Amino acid sequence: MNEATTGNGDGSTTVAAGVSPALAEPPREKLTKKAITADHPTWCPGCGDFAVLAAFYKVLEKRNLEHEKIVTLAGIGCSSRFPYFVNGHGAHYIHGRAVPLASGISLARPDLHVFLFGGDGDGFSIGGNHLDHGARKNINMTYFIMDNFVYGLTKKQTSPTSPIGFKSKTDPTGAIDQPVNPMKKLISAGATFIARTHAAQVPHMIQMIERAFDHHGFSVIECLSECVEFYPDVFDPANPKKGGSFELIQEKKWDNTPEDELRHDVTDELAAYKLAQLPFPGVFGVFYETDRPTKNALEKKWIETTREKTGNASDLEILQKTFDRMK
Amino acid sequence: MSERPDTAAQTAAPNGERADLRPENIQDAVIRLAGNSQDGIQTAGAFLARLAGRSEHDVMTYMTIPATISGGPSIFQVRIGSGEVLSAGDEADFLVAFYQHSYQDHIGFLREGGVLLYDSDNVEPNLDDKRFFYVGVPITGLTVEALGGTAKDKGKNIFVLGLIAKIFNLDAEKLKRVITEKFSGKDQSVVNTALMAFQAGYAYPVGNVLTKHYRFEHIPRASGRAQITMDGNQALAYGLIAGGVRYGAGYPITPWSSVMEVLRRELPKYGGIFVQAEDELASVSIALGCSYSGYLAVTGSAGPGISLKAEAIGWASMAEIPIIICNIQRGGPSTGLPTNVEQSDLHQAIFGSHGDSPRVVLAPASVEDCFYIAIEAARIARKYSTPVFILSDTSLATRIEAFDEPDLSKLMVDPKPDLTPRQTHKPYPIDQITHHVPPGTRILDGKYPLLAGLEHDEMGHPTGSPKLHMAMTAKRRNKLRKLAEEIPVPEIYGNQEGDTLLVGWGSTYGPIHDAVKMARDNGEKVGALHLRHLHPLPNGLEKIFDKFKRIVTVEMNDQGVYGFGQLATILRARYCEPKITSFTKTDGLTFRVKEILDGVFKGKSFLARHIPREGAEVIHQAGAENVKTLKEVVPQGVG
Repeated sequence: MNEATTGNGDGSTTVAAGVSPALAEPPREKLTKKAITADHPTWCPGCGDFAVLAAFYKVLEKRNLEHEKIVTLAGIGCSSRFPYFVNGHGAHYIHGRAVPLASGISLARPDLHVFLFGGDGDGFSIGGNHLDHGARKNINMTYFIMDNFVYGLTKKQTSPTSPIGFKSKTDPTGAIDQPVNPMKKLISAGATFIARTHAAQVPHMIQMIERAFDHHGFSVIECLSECVEFYPDVFDPANPKKGGSFELIQEKKWDNTPEDELRHDVTDELAAYKLAQLPFPGVFGVFYETDRPTKNALEKKWIETTREKTGNASDLEILQKTFDRMK
Repeated sequence: MSERPDTAAQTAAPNGERADLRPENIQDAVIRLAGNSQDGIQTAGAFLARLAGRSEHDVMTYMTIPATISGGPSIFQVRIGSGEVLSAGDEADFLVAFYQHSYQDHIGFLREGGVLLYDSDNVEPNLDDKRFFYVGVPITGLTVEALGGTAKDKGKNIFVLGLIAKIFNLDAEKLKRVITEKFSGKDQSVVNTALMAFQAGYAYPVGNVLTKHYRFEHIPRASGRAQITMDGNQALAYGLIAGGVRYGAGYPITPWSSVMEVLRRELPKYGGIFVQAEDELASVSIALGCSYSGYLAVTGSAGPGISLKAEAIGWASMAEIPIIICNIQRGGPSTGLPTNVEQSDLHQAIFGSHGDSPRVVLAPASVEDCFYIAIEAARIARKYSTPVFILSDTSLATRIEAFDEPDLSKLMVDPKPDLTPRQTHKPYPIDQITHHVPPGTRILDGKYPLLAGLEHDEMGHPTGSPKLHMAMTAKRRNKLRKLAEEIPVPEIYGNQEGDTLLVGWGSTYGPIHDAVKMARDNGEKVGALHLRHLHPLPNGLEKIFDKFKRIVTVEMNDQGVYGFGQLATILRARYCEPKITSFTKTDGLTFRVKEILDGVFKGKSFLARHIPREGAEVIHQAGAENVKTLKEVVPQGVG
């Protein structure tokens, strides 16, 4: 999602407008974990989300992003408290609507790094429609979904990803509704970068966040992040330390070797869909990645051609001309 | 046309283009075109409005559109005046009926002594009703004839425009220019066809059926500025642009859609983007994202969509994000009356989110005001970092008015965000008005702000402190009190003190003022107060209320369980003043002046100033046997 850092989507370059950089801009220090750490997280001890936060700090440090250009956003849920724990510009929005909020920021300010955090209820249930449309429009942002298969903040109700049979306060005899398959949903919606990771695998998380960040477009990572209070141990089958196996997607190296034939082509939608069919706990890594123009780029192009047609006239000249036609 | 034997009667002086008709000076005419929505009567009406605007006449239009997808009865009413035109006119002076149903449904709106111009191929009027003048023209047949038959009866609207141009002595050359401009984006043959239809209508010998043509008196306009002609939604959209709004998002809904269509098309010219979102919740959220990023943004809808946006607007109150929300009101509740007018969303605008969520509510009084109120909304949203509602409605959205061209050089706002680094920044200082710094701004002490929907401390971090919640709630409310101090107290129109004060808001401005004019002509001591700022109200209204014996709000909404319209309810709560009552209605139509007078002054009847003069002669086309001597045709509106 790391697009050009100049220009406001309006053909202008207004960053620090009117300020002499020599005077106003003190030298930058390297971005440190300390600089980007805010409130102590309110998550329960042992929550998978701590590891996600740690991985995120690591990526920011490693990439040494300009501090003021980091924007973290979230909707509602345990994981959606994320922005409070990151010292940077950010907003804690309403339930399920963080994708459109992030879309507005991303479109109006392509110079910013827009990171979005949330959970399975926020992303796949109340915000499910926005996920689909953010994906099809390919709006530039990095969206990290911490999936714990349960509503945690409201204390154990069935979530859109709870498996059939899961006993919750709203399904005391076990969940009966078919759960969402996040990978399938994202592939069919048209997301251009789709990956899956596990909160117990910090190096893999970092790798996925970095790749998602480097991708131009709507990048989504689903991360299995355990709720120790309301759905403990559910992700152990994918955790080698707990006797499970963390099976990685082997991506094609395009090296013409016979073993490469068996590897996954991340641009192959059908192959990605087949991976998404695998029974729980499934596989981890990049399911799908494609290079499709972002809405940001398409809108920018439209602006440029439209501006050219006006002869790059001033705002006043353009509106005056419109009014002259209405006389 | 010479083969038509029934246009027999000849009147005086047939030589010369218009010598067949005697001129008559008029100041005001209401012309109602009634047909089906696919006949293009809106287009013809809009041409008349634009021409009137260019000819420095005041003009106001009134339109009804069926809610059906295509077809259905539809009208367009144009009132053209040489003086100030405030309302679309209670009664038509001139009714054009394309079909039998148009005649039947609208003859009741034709004033006594008015002219019915009807398509004699489709309409059989009751000629025994001697209250009207009948002018039958085979509009369909003549249009088909003029256009060579390939266009079927398409072009009837432009043919009628030609007829009207002749009868009202309009500037045909200017009108042709307006037509040519309108169709200039299309194939040249479209322009030619339209001009042929116009010419055919214009050349029709109306002298055979009408004895005179009318000429609008020229009254020089005070401002000396050129006039522009547009509808309320256009004025709103361009006002937003002038006010520095460059981003926005919306979802299609009647009657808001045309605002988003204009913005989607126009904003890229200014380097901005308007997003068509997947739903109403997304559209307000996208707009809030744009605003958060430093560019004040707009979203809008009609009632159903505003209901869906309510939670996000509450967030804007809590997080103190500037945003403009346009509600182009229509009949409610639920899907209600999608193409009719109502003012029933006032309470929703003021109170329509959960919790104490202060926001500003403004309402434009006219098409012109749609432009200026959008600029004001943008200014207030920025200054007070608050959501601002603009409550327009169906009648403002669709009607076309001519108004003085705004001085854009004095009005244009540059929307560029200020990203100057700050030493330190508190997003929510307890005792000051919040002004956010957009993301991308360096905060040199390293403490970055978080904008939150949870109750928060001065840095935006969550707090459950009872003291802080009270203090922050007060902070969010107090900025609206601050705003109230700077809102000018509106001037009273008419009597400055007296028996009755009519209070209105929104699109009822015109009919209320016309009603006051007429009531005063008939000796009533009455004034009118029009509120553009509905929340917060301007300070000092109590001093105005003290000067009148009774205060009556005139509103297009229901009187509710307790018997008072929505504004009256607010005013009664605010001023504890029992003399405040309301006159309300919910028929989905704009107020007629007479309705207001009948409702406010029960049992009294008022006379219009104009009294028809005697002596004119009108011949209708059905034959010489129908030649009648009737009262003069002096098109005039009320007041």
